[in-house]
Amino acid sequence: MTPLKPTDPTLEHDARQRTAAARALHWERSRKMTLLLLALWLATGFGTVFFARELSRFEIFGWPLSFYMAAQGASLISLAIIGFYAWRMRRLDRDARDAIAAAEAPR
Amino acid sequence: MSAQPPYFGKLARYYLWYTGCFALFLVAVALLEQEGMPRLWIGHLFMFATIALYAIIGVICRTSSVTEYYVAGRRVPAMFNGMATAADWISAASFISLAGGLYLQGFDGLAFIMGWTGGFVLVALLIAPYLRKFAQYTVPDFLAARYGGGAGGRGSAVRAMAVGATILVSFTYVVAQIYAVGLIASRFTGVDFSIGIFLGLASILVCSFLGGMRAITWTQVAQYIILLVAFLIPTMWLSAKHADNPIPAVAYGSLLPKLTALEAELAQDPREEQVRAEFRRRAAEYAGRVAMLPESWETGKLDAQRQLAAARARNASLTEVRQAERALATYPNSVDEARSHWSELRDANLARARPPEPHAEPFPGATKEESDQRRNNFLAVVFCLMFGTAALPHILMRAYTTPSVNDTRVSVFWTLFFILLVYLTIPALAVLAKYDIYTSLVGSDFSALPTWISYWANVDKANPLVSVADINGDGIVQLAEFAIDADVLVLATPEIGGLPYVIAGLVAAGGLAAALSTADGLLLAISNALSHDVYYKMVNPGASTQKRVTISKLLLLGVAFIAAYVASQKPADILSLVAAAFSLAGSTLFPVLVLGVFWKRANHQGAIAGMIVGFAVCLYYMLRASSALGGTLDDAWFGILPMAAGVFGVPAGLLAVMTVSLLTPPPSRGSEGMVDYIRAPE
Repeated sequence: MTPLKPTDPTLEHDARQRTAAARALHWERSRKMTLLLLALWLATGFGTVFFARELSRFEIFGWPLSFYMAAQGASLISLAIIGFYAWRMRRLDRDARDAIAAAEAPR
Repeated sequence: MSAQPPYFGKLARYYLWYTGCFALFLVAVALLEQEGMPRLWIGHLFMFATIALYAIIGVICRTSSVTEYYVAGRRVPAMFNGMATAADWISAASFISLAGGLYLQGFDGLAFIMGWTGGFVLVALLIAPYLRKFAQYTVPDFLAARYGGGAGGRGSAVRAMAVGATILVSFTYVVAQIYAVGLIASRFTGVDFSIGIFLGLASILVCSFLGGMRAITWTQVAQYIILLVAFLIPTMWLSAKHADNPIPAVAYGSLLPKLTALEAELAQDPREEQVRAEFRRRAAEYAGRVAMLPESWETGKLDAQRQLAAARARNASLTEVRQAERALATYPNSVDEARSHWSELRDANLARARPPEPHAEPFPGATKEESDQRRNNFLAVVFCLMFGTAALPHILMRAYTTPSVNDTRVSVFWTLFFILLVYLTIPALAVLAKYDIYTSLVGSDFSALPTWISYWANVDKANPLVSVADINGDGIVQLAEFAIDADVLVLATPEIGGLPYVIAGLVAAGGLAAALSTADGLLLAISNALSHDVYYKMVNPGASTQKRVTISKLLLLGVAFIAAYVASQKPADILSLVAAAFSLAGSTLFPVLVLGVFWKRANHQGAIAGMIVGFAVCLYYMLRASSALGGTLDDAWFGILPMAAGVFGVPAGLLAVMTVSLLTPPPSRGSEGMVDYIRAPE
């Protein structure tokens, strides 16, 4: 945050509020995404193991589905989750930085 | 990465050169083997060449600056940080024993694959980026700043407890790594076990002693390349041989149905049944002896004495007399010893009397309850390994070494990527090796056993790693007559696949790299906790940077020697604790780390309660349910294995943090400000 000197104290107050709102929005969004991704992780990891016996009737690329999920699928989905998270967070961070810069810019 | 493209390019060039030189080295040794270089020399060459290499990297990267020593100057590009963390992560156990474990346990073993990879989701989403934003040096640093309290609000109590947890977890783990170094060195170079340990130690020390985090990061990248090549070459060979496709992770799907068919056939085979019946008979005999205690102990002893006397009286051959002598010498000393010894033998024979379990079938069991029990334990083990992963200090401290928060997130992605290159191949190796053994060894003639069997059977005579005996006397190998230890499979794979010895040497070098890289990271985690958190933050806050680094180096030396000494004593109880280290780490550190970021209301008192309760519940359950620690599995809650004690410890820790925090005053404005800061975008 660069120090700035708006002339009008009410404007300064507004700027501070807008900055706080931008930060709150950023946190709200990243928390929601974290929750969603964790739910996906839980379903693909623990869910497929819990129903492994039922799922072993199905086949995927020649593997029994439950064996494939435990040996490769769950790990690959984890990798995808981490990759998506890193990509999405970079965008959220950038949006929030822009919003904060706009809020603090003297108008 | 984008911040320092020239630096990244330079590093990439260095490591490409390095990989090229390593390939040349392999070709050269292969040619030397063709010219008739003896096996022992190949073993020596691999061991000393790689250890010298790691030491050289350590010398080049020596440093005495604080940021370089603790966090590698915070300028490791994300991809290289990921590679180094992967080497840090892939321990001797993953490299050497995991594929063997999967071979023996089938579907159940996959819990380790899932647990040790899925945990990185928690690291990436819940912990690592926030640690990087905080930008200090260790995990206790973060907890102390977040929870404050104690004298002067500096959080000394929280810090001390976090240091204790770090040291306890890392130390049991590092002892196991050094033990593995000794094992590999002694098997492949013929040196004594303890000399092997100290050789490995020398390389660890040159590296981390001189250059701290900076040196171990660049060494670990080099070690990762060696362990990846060492793991992939023999597996790809087996894969090309049996599935006509050199990419094992893709190819083994086509082998699974064939393997299942073979298993069904072997389960029905009348000769296999003969062997199993013989094992059942032996088990019944031991069961009878246990039931007849204490009389059976006395008659057995008299029998053994009588046999020895008879053998001597009729001038039997020397081997017969020796055999009778040994039988008497190893006879149990007391009734209690006899009971435990014979019960063990009964169980071992019973285990071998069972037909092979279908490899790909999830949770086979006689009844629904038995099958459910196996599923629950699978889930519990996965849970503990995941939450333990997210709380292991030597992995988390890696989050500090990248240039930015975004790089930390990307770096966790690369970490899991590089881990998966090995981990997706491990289940493939288990299936491929099983298929090879079922098709080429089973059904072959006893007079034509492959050489690797006799070699590995003779490595450790007391507990043979591989054993084959003609139980039913038909001269043909049955599956039930063959037993293999989980630790041998990977080391023996090159020979099972019929590759030249140079590949066996390479695999040993890979195992060594896996053990050394993990030991490096763990030792640094311990010595940083002692020097930075205990000495600098708690004992002498005025210490100069020069003094801090020097103290850290001395502590590292001390810890390394203690760990090596403990490992050289071959402590069976510590080794059995390693699996428990994950549960302990998860129960003690995970709740405070995650709630510290995601719940502002968590306070000093809550953190202390959470760490104590998590640790205590976990430890209590292990003591209660583990037979190695004096409990029994009959006391287990819901039949959960003691190794998965974290299933109870983690929720207990979370609950304790929440309850105690809500009952005590909210945290200071400072803590709240810090939480706001680490949550904010960069």
